[in-house]
Amino acid sequence: MHERKKEFTTISSRPIRQIYGPEDLSNFDYNRDLGAPAHYPFTRGIHSTMYRGQIWTMRQFSGFGTAVETNKRYKFLLEHGQTGLSVAFDFPTLMGYDSDQERSQGEVGKCGVAIDTLADMETLFDGIPLDKVTTSMTINGPACVLLAMYLVVAEKQGVSWDKVGGTVQNDVLKEFIAQHSWAFPPEPSMRVVVDMIEFCTKHVPKWNTISISGYHIREAGSTAAQELGLTLADGIAYVDAGIKRGLDVDEFAPRLSFFFNAHNDFFEEIAKYRAARRLWAKIMQGRFHAKKERSWILRFHTQTAGCSLTAQQPYNNVVRTTVQALAAVMGGTQSLHTNSLDETLALPTENAVRIALRTQQIIAHESGVTNTIDPLGGSYFVEALTNELERDAREIIDKIDQMGGMLKAIEIGWPQRQIAEASYRYQKQIESKEKIIVGLNDFVVKDEAPIEILKITDKTQSAQIERLKKAKAKRDDAKVRQRLSSLREAAKTNKNVMEPLLDCVRAYATQNEMIETMRSVFGEYRDPAIF
Amino acid sequence: MEKRIRILVAKPGLDGHDRGVKVVARALRDAGYEVIYTGLHQTPEMIVSAAIQEDVDAIGLSILSGAHLHLFKKVIDLLRAQKAEDIKIFGGGIISDEDVALLKKMGVGEIFNPGTSTDNIVSWVKRHVKVK
Repeated sequence: MHERKKEFTTISSRPIRQIYGPEDLSNFDYNRDLGAPAHYPFTRGIHSTMYRGQIWTMRQFSGFGTAVETNKRYKFLLEHGQTGLSVAFDFPTLMGYDSDQERSQGEVGKCGVAIDTLADMETLFDGIPLDKVTTSMTINGPACVLLAMYLVVAEKQGVSWDKVGGTVQNDVLKEFIAQHSWAFPPEPSMRVVVDMIEFCTKHVPKWNTISISGYHIREAGSTAAQELGLTLADGIAYVDAGIKRGLDVDEFAPRLSFFFNAHNDFFEEIAKYRAARRLWAKIMQGRFHAKKERSWILRFHTQTAGCSLTAQQPYNNVVRTTVQALAAVMGGTQSLHTNSLDETLALPTENAVRIALRTQQIIAHESGVTNTIDPLGGSYFVEALTNELERDAREIIDKIDQMGGMLKAIEIGWPQRQIAEASYRYQKQIESKEKIIVGLNDFVVKDEAPIEILKITDKTQSAQIERLKKAKAKRDDAKVRQRLSSLREAAKTNKNVMEPLLDCVRAYATQNEMIETMRSVFGEYRDPAIF
Repeated sequence: MEKRIRILVAKPGLDGHDRGVKVVARALRDAGYEVIYTGLHQTPEMIVSAAIQEDVDAIGLSILSGAHLHLFKKVIDLLRAQKAEDIKIFGGGIISDEDVALLKKMGVGEIFNPGTSTDNIVSWVKRHVKVK
């Protein structure tokens, strides 16, 4: 019988058959392979009521200009029904530089909010009580600094740290693999991550210490299986590091969280999330012998795929984001960010981000998919795909084990090369029209009218430099120097860096002052430029 | 034997998004050019120094962070100061039509925006980049 194409594949080039049936589930065992929600291996979901009990957290990644503008945007989003905060920092902040440095020229406030000292952090959360809202901060290399700042803001608000909830991304391994916002070389970066795990386990029990991420790996061009396999392999490396430090796995594993992409192929993504839960549960129980159920549970945030959006006919992006968000929900995500239609061109306008938020609210309250848990459970196709994703991810984890672990794999450039290959292959598929992107290589429109976008000018940089000057003028420089010196000591003598960092933050040390102090001990990392 | 055209492909500034630049580097290499990829976090000084040292015929800059006007200008000014203006400049990233016009006025040969095919980039290089 004639079909439109020789082969039908997912966006990850996974072949898909014409139809799936009972033979695909011939070896299926409900209790072993799925289990009830909130029961090992958690394939169907991690809570007993899932969205019938509580809708996922609507958490839009957001930040631009100075803390003044971003504080306004946070209030706008909360007013419109967002249920959690998510901070996007600018590049100088992401890389540990201050706004007045040469390296930061032209970059201040353009891709996120500029944070130089505690003063900026205080402005960022002005009027936002940290015991009433949880915050996720997308920060990696300098995560220790930003976490310290957040905790001191809470302190100044009179909120005790046992009431503070949120997440720092803090997933340094994927920085070397994909996102590239490292502060130090791999080993000292890992040491700082474990310092933070140790500290939070004791003092900030509701804090998610890492958001082990596949999102960026996928954005860099990987397949769905690579996204899953590399992310869980990173997770394994973090658990290993914590155990090596002498921590009890059941003490810190419950506060590890995950972050996945929601890309175009609807069913492959749903299968990916289900496979993720099942595989992580097996790893935590079987490999690490964790005893607490909370250690076996994979909790995740999802963001719809930025790399799937087009600059051409941008309103089409609302549709893409909707399909992707729906996949995340049907896959059981705990928290979700939906991209705005204009994000290939700029950071989102108020109107664009409101549509993105409404997308989640319409799915939650109008589509009916939240009425039952794991609606696709038992589907021949989805169960077969879930098995495939689990198998393929496991293969990647095994390969990395054979290489000697993730740090070793990163050193020899294996994950980076895998991603570069997959990315190039996909580009060729688009250019040969093997894969269609509507508005780009088919259904094209010539001469489109431009849409309104958010513009961030260099006035932001001048304003931020003024703020930084003011903060520096008010502080006790001798105290700052003394506290930085204690930080250096801690870094050199293998003491936990969090307490000295908190002291530096309280004295209004700048981000770069703290990061450079640590870099003077830990060294720098240069991009190996693998392509 | 004819000298092969040499192209330096670079990521200036703090922007760490390198999916695009890596695809471009590979496509140019597959098209027969000698490609030197600098890696991330390059200052304009590092880029110009590498370009002169490697004796390249063209420089491609990838900037998605919004810092393009500042960074392109610095690279162009440094090349002029080093009497290396004969090196062709091109680039890509997230750059508005308004800014593309400003960059071309500065001396940038072409800017390739989201959705550009590698074939288009290679064609442009074929037409506009010659051995110095």
